[in-house]
Amino acid sequence: MAPPQRYAVLVEVRLRPGIADPQGATIERALPAIGIDGVSGVRAGKAFRFEIEADDEAAALARGTEVADRVLANPVIEEATVTVAGRVTV
Amino acid sequence: MAARVGVVVFPGTNCEHDAVRAIEGLGGAAELVWHGATSVAGYDALVLPGGFAHGDYLRPGAIARFSPVMAAVARFASAGGPVVGICNGFQVLTEAGLLPGALQKNRGLRFVCAPAEVRVETDRSVLTAGIEPGSVLSVPINHFEGNYTCDEATLAVLRAEDRIVLRYVDNPNGSVDGIAGICNEGRNVVGLMPHPERAVDPLTGSVDGAALLGALLRSATRPTTADAPPAVA
Repeated sequence: MAPPQRYAVLVEVRLRPGIADPQGATIERALPAIGIDGVSGVRAGKAFRFEIEADDEAAALARGTEVADRVLANPVIEEATVTVAGRVTV
Repeated sequence: MAARVGVVVFPGTNCEHDAVRAIEGLGGAAELVWHGATSVAGYDALVLPGGFAHGDYLRPGAIARFSPVMAAVARFASAGGPVVGICNGFQVLTEAGLLPGALQKNRGLRFVCAPAEVRVETDRSVLTAGIEPGSVLSVPINHFEGNYTCDEATLAVLRAEDRIVLRYVDNPNGSVDGIAGICNEGRNVVGLMPHPERAVDPLTGSVDGAALLGALLRSATRPTTADAPPAVA
């Protein structure tokens, strides 16, 4: 059997819709002060990048999603998007 | 015999000595319990004090819930043992699933450090037993992430089951329904953002915290079955 591959995973965590995001709102309000207009809907969040061992891309997505849902995001207030960015070549 | 209270210390906890001093001043016996402990047998109550457990990395309480002691805390709680989480300890209890909801950043991204008036909403908890509901206590708050949040269904349950233990008189952080403290279904696990251990001496402005910790010590003398050896995993 072939050894598991390693995949690059990106997890983006942000507050759920409807949860107040004072950080995003503050950034949005600050932008016009430096002459940047027309930006709306700013939501602040966190991004995590890691490599994970998996047999294929679908398995990498499943494992990355488990990491996101069980640790990286608090489902009470946050949601996560998981993207597999590709296989890591050594 | 004095109630024996275990004060749980994570790397980054910083209110443990205040908690020990307050408990001992009220006639209890307090001991520090390192987060690597796998048993809390022998204690009559547990306090998870304030601070920055594991640096508050990821989210406050998010890493602390993986500390070995938390499995023992969960067993102690499910056996009916009194557990109180103060500030960061409240955050740890929500992340560990021992209390519902979450503590998010304060409304307006404002760090608050001030005396706060809180109203005791129920005497049916280990932290408020014997305190007249409606009593207003002055207890300091000191937090950035103390904005209690939960979904509508959870809030309805908390209200219906009389599990909102403390409410702010003047909501300082945007908490839903002005919530400053809640308890679990068994009423033996309480989380609160105010620091009762900092309000036990007139020198620091208020002794109202003594009422809360005194109630905990009275609750702590009740027998529990938590001394049973931990189940083998």
